[in-house]
Amino acid sequence: MTTATAALGKDLVGLEPLSAEQIRLILDTAEPFKEVSERSIKKVPALRGKTIVNLFFEASTRTRISFEFAEKRLSADTVNVAASGSSVSKGETLVDTARNLEAMRIDMVVMRHGSSGAARFLGERIASNVINAGDGKHEHPTQGLLDMLTLRDHFGRLEGLKVAICGDVLHSRVARSNIWGLTKLGAEVGVCGPMTLMPRDVRELGVTVLPRIEDAIQWADALNILRLQLERMQAGFLPSLREYNRVFGVSNDRLSKAPKDLLIMHPGPMNRGVEIDSDVADGPHSVILPQVTNGVAVRMAVLYLLAGGTPALAQSAGRAEDK
Amino acid sequence: MSSPKPILIRGGRVIDPSRGTDGVADVLLVGGRVEAVGLNIRPEEGEVETIDAAGRVVAPGLIDLHTHLREPGNEDVENIASGALAAAAGGFTAVCAMPNTDPVTDNQAAVGFVKARGEAARRARVYPIGAISLGQKGQQLAEFGEMVAAGAVAVSDDGKPVVSSHLMRTALEYARTFGIPVADHCEDPTLTAGAAMHEGIVSTRLGLKGYPSAGEEIMVARDIILAELTGGQVHLCHLSSRGSVELVRRAKEKGLRVTAEVCPHHFTLTHDAVEGYNTNAKMSPPLREAADRDALRQAIADGTIDTIATDHAPHHYDAKEREFDDAPNGIIGLETAFGLAITELVETGLMTLPELLLRMTTAPARIFNLPGGTLVTGAPADVVILDVGTEWVVDPREFHSKSRNTPFAGRRLKGRADLTIVGGEIVYRRS
Repeated sequence: MTTATAALGKDLVGLEPLSAEQIRLILDTAEPFKEVSERSIKKVPALRGKTIVNLFFEASTRTRISFEFAEKRLSADTVNVAASGSSVSKGETLVDTARNLEAMRIDMVVMRHGSSGAARFLGERIASNVINAGDGKHEHPTQGLLDMLTLRDHFGRLEGLKVAICGDVLHSRVARSNIWGLTKLGAEVGVCGPMTLMPRDVRELGVTVLPRIEDAIQWADALNILRLQLERMQAGFLPSLREYNRVFGVSNDRLSKAPKDLLIMHPGPMNRGVEIDSDVADGPHSVILPQVTNGVAVRMAVLYLLAGGTPALAQSAGRAEDK
Repeated sequence: MSSPKPILIRGGRVIDPSRGTDGVADVLLVGGRVEAVGLNIRPEEGEVETIDAAGRVVAPGLIDLHTHLREPGNEDVENIASGALAAAAGGFTAVCAMPNTDPVTDNQAAVGFVKARGEAARRARVYPIGAISLGQKGQQLAEFGEMVAAGAVAVSDDGKPVVSSHLMRTALEYARTFGIPVADHCEDPTLTAGAAMHEGIVSTRLGLKGYPSAGEEIMVARDIILAELTGGQVHLCHLSSRGSVELVRRAKEKGLRVTAEVCPHHFTLTHDAVEGYNTNAKMSPPLREAADRDALRQAIADGTIDTIATDHAPHHYDAKEREFDDAPNGIIGLETAFGLAITELVETGLMTLPELLLRMTTAPARIFNLPGGTLVTGAPADVVILDVGTEWVVDPREFHSKSRNTPFAGRRLKGRADLTIVGGEIVYRRS
């Protein structure tokens, strides 16, 4: 049991600190868990008796529900804490909140927080496992993992694949987790978006900068289209949503000029008609909903491995329930 | 106050940067003044405290143009007495206190309070710096004349930039009446809003908002242009970028009245120190790239940068024990500055010890027109005895400051102060 814990470490704060082998282990462990969600009784006993707190300092629907499903399908006991209405809104510090939760003898914390580095900060100060469900502009590792699993499902491999991440790379934790995960597993990553939304020295992360969306469409096998936060207009990064759609929006018209069919991904929630047109989002090459399905499996794998499970046991757990 | 007992410091290597002298000699201090420097001094009859300085360096006390002593307002993290003791322990005989206290030191009464508290502490001398604008709000000039009469040696809105170019212009012009410099924290807030560290590859990886070097350099350039326009004396605080160094170099070639300081953390560390979201590596301006650090070192060595200042900025443990975005800027520096300077600038062969002492004694005294920074006969008996050979390891628990926020814990340094004398009185002796 301890070998797998050691294999991932105590916490999952990002994909940057993980090795290719560790990332592959998570993706491989997710495979048997996909099947659990397809059964009529969607439950395995792997985390029975474990207590998990979902600590969300930022609003989230998709990620919080996905984690909660993953936890419940592994038979863990879960508690959801939202920042508003809790002691956090009364001025309690992050470390005090966490220590109080831990004093109630919990096993894991899944945290989303608006500050980069918050997950690592928490992991260094409590004994429970910490899983980063998004920290500021830093990382969103389970999103990166589910994107990779979806790409692997479709192409059968990640090595040599060309994935273009399009949009607001500067403020995106999804982009950073994708860049680390994909490059470690041998994929090529391109980043595309207005230069106002490109991080400084981003090339040093080993990515290709694609200045225009037409370049990305010519270059890539898959597009991962980021959500454009509407507050970027007020902050002066962009003139208008309309112009963003005209210059950087992914439309069928633009995709028709690609040398091959491109896989279309989006971490959600989408702004239809801004970064992605509806007929692309709902089109035949879109895997936006399979991404959501894979999210549950990947999160089950992460929870399971951090709790000390091994991939072999995950396989047998799945089969035993089948009988 | 009765006159202190005369002190005879025997056999040390006496370095006086104000005269360019360096050699073994005795130093006699009488009545709070330097009485004599020479070989085999025999004091007149009477009680004399004799200190054997053989193998050690005797120099004018170090002078720091940039500290935050947090009194009034935040006495839990530092007060004038604890800050002045930390200064003495670091070899400083004089520190200048920035006015971003609570309330702001922006009037003669507040300046007088800082001065009186400094005198009562009887450690390092504390020279108040008055605010440029009332409440440091960047709008209306504070009363420079009355503050100078009460003891202010310069004006600054440090902690905040002077955003209005008009205000900076009038401050430089008005300060000429009183012969004081205007010290500016150079930052264009429209480029740095929300920034947590230097903008570069590390901020990109950590997902932290970056502070581009241009955010400093634009204001450095503006201040230099205004110094030329007004004939005023501008002192540029805590420069951190190679671009700023280049601007100062050109200003000095033109003969403008521009001086500049650099902090030990900026000539020692780079943005890599932020790795792991280390809040003790968070300061404004931020730690930058290796090329910036190297340019700062070179500029200190060649004199483009006039002086080393600490920007000593105490914060409570809890304040730094936070998410990186929410942690305050700044680190303490009084008790590590000299060791870092020796280790990083002299031991590396960039400059000699007398050149370093010039930057830390005579030069800052001249910039703010302070007594001290010299061992000429009749000068204040502000003297430090330095052990420049001993290696030591930084242990924040041993600091005399009330705060512990330093990125240098555990770092091995060479050189520190053994004994500090202010006005002929021993104010610190390493036990």
